[in-house]
Order: sequence, then C-alpha cells, then structure tokens
Amino acid sequence: MSTYRIQGATGEWEVVIGLEVHAQVSSQAKLFSGAATEFGAEPNTQVALIDAAMPGMLPVPNKECIRQAVRTGMAINAQINKYSRFDRKNYFYADLPQGYQISQLYHPIVGEGELVIEADEKAGIPEDKVIGIERIHVEQDAGKLMHDQHPTMSYVDLNRVGVALMEIVSRPDMTSPAEAGAYLSKLRTILRYVGSCDGNMDQGSMRADVNVSVRKPGEELGTRTETKNVNSVRFVMQAIEHEAMRQVDVLEAGGKIVQETRLFDPNTGSTRSMRSKEDAHDYRYFPDPDLLPLILEDDFLEDCRNSLPELPDAKKARYETELGLSAYNAQVLTADVDTARWFERLLAETAKASGKAPAEVSKQAANWLISELFGALNKLGTSLEESPVTPEKGGDLLALIAKGTISGSAAKQVLEIMLDTGDEAEAIVEREGLKQESDTGAIEAEIDKVLAANADKVEQYKGGKVALFGFFVGQTMKAMKGKGNPQVVNEILKAKLG
Amino acid sequence: MTDLTELGVAQIRDGVKAGDFTAVEVAEAFNANVAAAQEALNAFIVATPEKALEAAQATDAKRAKGEDLGKMGGVPIGMKDLFATFDVQTTAASHILEGFKPQYESTVSQNLWNAGAGMLGKLNLDQFAMGSSNETSYFGNVISPWRKQGSNAQLAPGGSSGGSSAAVAARLAPAATGTDTGGSIRQPAAFTGTTGIKPTYGRCSRWGVVAFASSLDQAGPMAKDTRDCAIMLEAMAGFDPKDATSLDLPVPNWEELLSADLSGKTVGIPREYRMDGMDAEIVALWDQGVAWLKDAGAKVIDISLPHTKYALPTYYIIAPAEASSNLARYDGVRYGLRDLPEGANLQDMYAATRAAGFGEEVKRRILIGTYVLSAGFYDAYYTQAQKVRTLISQDFQKAFEECDVILAPTTPTPAFALGENVDDPLSMYLNDVFSVPASLAGLPAMSVPAGLSKDGLPLGLQIIGKSFDEQGVLNAGLALEARAQFTAKPEKWW
Repeated sequence: MSTYRIQGATGEWEVVIGLEVHAQVSSQAKLFSGAATEFGAEPNTQVALIDAAMPGMLPVPNKECIRQAVRTGMAINAQINKYSRFDRKNYFYADLPQGYQISQLYHPIVGEGELVIEADEKAGIPEDKVIGIERIHVEQDAGKLMHDQHPTMSYVDLNRVGVALMEIVSRPDMTSPAEAGAYLSKLRTILRYVGSCDGNMDQGSMRADVNVSVRKPGEELGTRTETKNVNSVRFVMQAIEHEAMRQVDVLEAGGKIVQETRLFDPNTGSTRSMRSKEDAHDYRYFPDPDLLPLILEDDFLEDCRNSLPELPDAKKARYETELGLSAYNAQVLTADVDTARWFERLLAETAKASGKAPAEVSKQAANWLISELFGALNKLGTSLEESPVTPEKGGDLLALIAKGTISGSAAKQVLEIMLDTGDEAEAIVEREGLKQESDTGAIEAEIDKVLAANADKVEQYKGGKVALFGFFVGQTMKAMKGKGNPQVVNEILKAKLG
Repeated sequence: MTDLTELGVAQIRDGVKAGDFTAVEVAEAFNANVAAAQEALNAFIVATPEKALEAAQATDAKRAKGEDLGKMGGVPIGMKDLFATFDVQTTAASHILEGFKPQYESTVSQNLWNAGAGMLGKLNLDQFAMGSSNETSYFGNVISPWRKQGSNAQLAPGGSSGGSSAAVAARLAPAATGTDTGGSIRQPAAFTGTTGIKPTYGRCSRWGVVAFASSLDQAGPMAKDTRDCAIMLEAMAGFDPKDATSLDLPVPNWEELLSADLSGKTVGIPREYRMDGMDAEIVALWDQGVAWLKDAGAKVIDISLPHTKYALPTYYIIAPAEASSNLARYDGVRYGLRDLPEGANLQDMYAATRAAGFGEEVKRRILIGTYVLSAGFYDAYYTQAQKVRTLISQDFQKAFEECDVILAPTTPTPAFALGENVDDPLSMYLNDVFSVPASLAGLPAMSVPAGLSKDGLPLGLQIIGKSFDEQGVLNAGLALEARAQFTAKPEKWW
C-alpha cells in the first residue's frame, strides 16, 4: 500500500486516482477514412471527404486500427470482446464536422485487463502493484481550432479529425501521484512495445484525463473531478498533487467538491474549472447506424496474438533468469522498447564477435551499455537512437574485452574515440597501440625476468609476505608497458610463486 | 413516328440498340418534355439537358463502333436530388444545401452512368426526404400530373420521391431514382400510377446519398413497369466497399429471370393490415389482387404480423433519432448556407444557420429525434423502439416460413390534395402505415399500379418479399401487372 497521505488541518487524507488515457493508434490511415495521419502536416491537407463530413459520406472501419486495439488489449491481459459496436457521441463544435464523434460507449472492443507497476522505494511504491484497466475502446479524434490567425474569426484544421484513438480507462486503483506516474509510464512502455502507439506525449499522441478524489482513510470515496488532456507524466503528477491539495482545502474549509471538468495549466502547475456537471453535454449516445457491429473472428484474434512481441514484464524476467542480469539492470534495459532492442542487438553482436554464448557476455554488455555508453551519450547530449556507436560497433568493442585483446580501461579510451570519430574499435586499438598482451609465452618471459631481478622479494613472499604479490604484478605490467593481460599475468605469477 | 417519351426503359434500350432511333433523339424528346412541364409540375430542381445529351451522344458513338451499350444504354433518367452528383447542385431540397456542388458522385448514380444512362436533371423531393406529399421542399411543391375527375385541384405526387413519381407519370423521364426510408418510393409510385421497388436494405450503396435515417434509407428505381424496374435496379445495385452496410452479394439477373408464373408460390395476406374504417376502394382492390395472384398460380393464405400496429410509432422514433444526428453536420462551418449575424459567436452561427436553412418538417424531426435520444428518455423511446423493430422483423421471418411474398395495399388512400394534410403531421404520417413495416425489417417491397379510384386516381398494390428475394417480389409484381392491365395515364394539362 502506498503511504502517500496529505496532511490536512483535520488529519490525514488519502487520494484516489483513475486515469483515462487517449492514445493515438499508430496507423497510416484514419479510423474510418483513408486520409493520412502524419504529425505536423500543413493544415487541412490530410482530410478525406468523410473527415469533412460531406453529405452522404460513410465511415468504413480501418482494420489496422482495430488490430492495434486488440493487440493492445492482449498486451494488458484483457478480455477481448468478439462483439463490439460503435456509438455516436453527439455534440456541436467547430472541430467536429459530423456533429458527432464515433466512439464505443456500450460495447467496447476490450474489457477488463491490468498492468503491474514496479516497486520504487524512493517514489513511495514499496512493492509491485497491479493496476486494473476497466476497458479500452476506439474512437475518432477531433480537429483543432486556431484562434490566432484572424482578429475576429477562428480557423479550423481538420487534419486530426477521424484519427484513431484508443481510450484506455483505468480503475481508480492509484493512491499517489507517483503511482499514477508509474502507471502512465508503464502503459506508455507497453504501447511502444506493442507498436500500437508511438507514445509521443509532446506531439499529443498520448494524453490523460485525470480523475482525482480525496477521502479520510477508510471512508467512502469522495466526489471526483476530471482534469482534461494532461500531456506528460510530470504534469499528470503535478495535476494530481495540486488537485488533491485543493480538494482537501475546500473540504477542510467546510466546502463541497463539485463534480466537474477541470483544465491543467502547465505554467502554474495548477488546475482550474472548465465546466460543471450541470453544464455537461447530453451526448445522446446511440449505436451508429452507418456501421455494423464489429465481430472478431478467431483467426484474426490468433493473428493478433501471434504478432505480439515479448512484452516488458516477460522480457525483464528473462533478462534476470536467462541472462543473469540484476533486477535493476533488467528494469533499466526493458523500460523502453528501443533500449531493449538496442541491447539485444548489442548482445547478439558481442556474442558473435567473441564466439561466446550470449549468457556469458550479457552482464558485460548490460554494464557497458548502462554505465559506459549511457553516460557518454548523456555527456554528448544525444540519445541511443542517434548514437554514433551502433550495436554492431559496440559488440566488436565488447568482444575485444571478452577475448582479452584490450583491458577494461583501454576500452573506455576506445569508446571515447569511437564516439568522436565513428571509427571501428579494432582500427582504433591498432592505431593507438592499445592491444594488451595475452600471449602466455611472452608474459612468462617477462615474469621470469622480473622474478630473477627481484629474487630477494621472492624469498620474502615465500616466507609469508604475500602482500608482495601486487608488487610483482606491478613490476610485470610496468615491464610490459601496461599491455599485459592482467588476468594472465595473475595466473602465471600465482603458478610461479607457488 | 412514335412519341419517344411514351417509351419505357426496356423499349428505349432495345430501340437504340436496334437502331430504331438514336439515343440523342430520345434525350432531346425528354429534355423538351422536362422544359415544357417545369413551370406547371416543378418536378425538377435543376434540369441538366446537356448531361442527358452528352450521355446519349456517347451511347450513339458506342453503337457506331459496335460496342456494348450497357444495361441502360441510351436511357435518360431523372436523379432524385438526394444523390450527390459531381459538380451539379445537390440540395436534398433544402435551403441549407442550396448551391452545394459535390466534388464526388454517389455510387448509385455512378453505376447508372456506367450502365449508359444519362441525367435529365435533379428531381425535387421532400426536404431531406422527410415527407409524404412533396410539400416540404424548399424549392416548392411538386404538382402531380394527375387530377381527380372533374376537378382542377392540385394533388400530391406522394413523397418523398415526389419529383421522381411526377416525372415518370408525366413522361418527363422514362425512369427515375428514388429513395425509400419509410415508403418514399412505394407511396409516390402508388399515387401516380407508376412502379417502384425498394430493394433489400444494403442492395444499393448509400455512399453519396444525403442521409436521412441511415438504418432505413435505401435507393431504388421508379419506372413505368416491373421490367423497367428490374433493369434499372440491376444497374443501381451492387456491393460497395465504401458503405459498411452494403450487401456483399452478386447482383442477380432480375430481368432475365422475370416470370409471371406463380405456380408453387404462396402469397400471405396479413390480417393486421385490414384496419377498421379502411377505404372500401382499397379493400376491394386488395381482394382483386388476391384473385389475380391466384389466377397466376399462387396459393393464398392468411398470415399474421402481430406487431404491425407498433410499426408507425417505432419508425417515428428511430428515423428522427438517426436524422437528428445525421443532420448535425449542416452547421454553416464548411459548406452550404452560413448565417453569421453581426457579432455572432459559434453558437449563434449554428442557431441562425440551422433556423434559416431547415424547413419546418425537418426541424420537427430533429426535435423529436433529439428528444428521444436524450438522457432519461433514451431507454423509454429509442431502446424500446429498437426492441419493437426486432419483433417486427421476427413477425416477417415467421410469416415467411409459410409464404413467399406478402400482398398488401401500398397506401390507405389515393392521392390527396396539396395542403390537405399539411397542418396535421399525424394524418400525414399515417400515409406510411403499410409501407413502414417492410422498411423497419429491411425487406424488398414494391408498389405496382393496380387500378383507379372512383375519382379516376391511381391505386397501388404492394408486394413485400424475403430478404434478398427481389426476384420473388418482381415476379409477383409482374403477375399483378399482367392482370391489372393498368394503362391509365394523366391527361396532359400542363
């Protein structure tokens, strides 16, 4: 249980949170039209006749959008409804050409599911927690009004009209801003794994309506408010924090919470009232008579299931059990699908280049990626996606370490040069003379010289002064100008000193 | 030389093909009739003589080259102004769409052009197809070419396809498209002595047809006789991937398979359609129809459609509900009429535009539809109506276990005078009492002219068939037609 509480004048308050996430389905075309969905196009250039609601135009469902919603449902272990239906949500607004949004109120395509948010002590999440998901339905997005183009008129851009959205509705299972943030992040992770939404919150591909209420521990649920269209994890957490505090203040001052829709202001981190329940639209939902019920065949469901990738929880577990990674490393590497893909290519390349099994080089690869490459990229202010070191080049570098060709410290040097020049690891090692000596004969010869030159110390060592071992290593390395493979040096020295 | 405008679809098609006359001669003859009748009958909102000629020239050119002329080669038709026609004003007879020229062509009209038909013009109708008398058009009433014996009173051509029925009856077009939501093909056909069939829901694509009530709207042909309807329906129908409710079935060769021999067929007579106080003439005609079908070899049985009396109230919940939503798009933002009072905000613009753009009947139905879908009323009205609709469909399914087609009157009365029902929407709605059940069940249904009233006005008989069995309906229609020998036509006064 979350220990998050708001300290009010009258005691502690609990917060109850539910999220409705709108996620734009990744597809070439809109939910019911063939128009493109690309972000940032010139206004009104991605508009089919039906998007503009020309007379007599009809919607035809885009199978790809349906497929993505089903796959998403499967990824959260949800009930997939083989029978679902589209309803019209009627209201007038200039960004809604049809005068109704096609949505799914009565029979959504996806029913009950869940996801797990990971324990995070620092964030006040003491253990893994299951968050229930009530439903996912698909619906059309609306257009965009532009109020800054003309002194007295508003312009409308219909590019987004009809773009497919998944509305993912959680249970009110979250009890702290951190849990809500973790839920949203995890949901985003899953969507990106599945490939059903790109998760670009700054482009509006994902946005959340945040339902918040407060109560005294153990009491009935309080009246909730809904803060609309919050578009980042941080803002969601801020909105909850602010809204919960505001509700506590209102209640403690003897007031009542009004069920209402609120807006979040990212500049102040606060919420303000948009409209109350009394002003709420009567949406007059009814089944869209232009569309038949959506019946999903078993073959289609099978295809959806077979097309699902390994999902983050399963991947994390596999990294821990099969690859022997720490829970922390496994978590870091699986938190985003692109990182996981990068890591898996790196691992494959490293194994191939070094001739070893993946499990033998997995820890090395994970550690290098997390502590070396991430740090270096961070310093360069770039991302893994734009990294000048590809998984192939990284694998070559790691194989050089695994084979003992270079030392760990030399590898750091090589990486820096790779990031700088984009050159291959092997070429850099050659050029810079960073190759370490692993030839036992050569090392043995050097060691023999060192031992002969320090016969007195050998005597002392054999007499029990074992701390001198380091001295012999140091002398050998010095004689080899630092290029002796320390592991081989150690082994031979140990054998010789008995 | 014969008057080409007396000819029907089959005769024109065959005559053009045989070289008895050219398609251009046909088009010119009908263009002339259209122009001459416009002032008196007001059947067309826009005449497009150049389109008719263009298509005719193309047909004649094809014939010269020995090419296939298509199912409707050389046949000019009237197009109900509910079908979007490329760059030709399409209004649904509403002020709110006045001047609107679609940059697309409806599937049904395109199918007809592809089959070699040409367009004489866009036909008047009840505004947004809402009406039974063609008195709700923004572009004025259509006047029926028919008159009662000894009277010059203007009669209703029926509705909503009143321009279509008047044009065919008055020889302004050999055939016309109609649409039928609750009887809008069959009732005007009955009122004007013409033949019209509403096929199974989904046979004709709704893509590009201005929507009234999506779950009911269905296009169909209106023509002089059954064969012409069969030909034109073949040209209009077909699966359309752009309409999610379109039937993915091949189009049968209805014309080729026409047969007036009903041996082995059973005709059901629904007892619930025999209502108290029914017009004696209508009852007599119905009985006559029974005799004719028996004569054609059919067995006739009584059947029961127990939920018939709920059909009209059910229809007047579902159709307005869908309409209230379908018509939300006419908001003055993107096309059509915009009324923007000085200093108006968005809400003001909506209110002013829709107040000015929609007629009274359209507003009445939007209000009814909005009401029945409102929170707190939805279950009592809309949900209940959907349940009853299912029961009505089940009535038909049960009946069709015992019979192949159903025979009933098309309308409870002959054509009424313009203005007679205009202040009484309920009695106007009653006109649809026999036609609405088949619409709710999505069944094919047809009206065939079968006789004249004592005042000399046409009366129609209706055949209702099983889903997808347009052939059964057409064949029964043909059998009636062969015996009714309906040759009456309005005396030309215009």
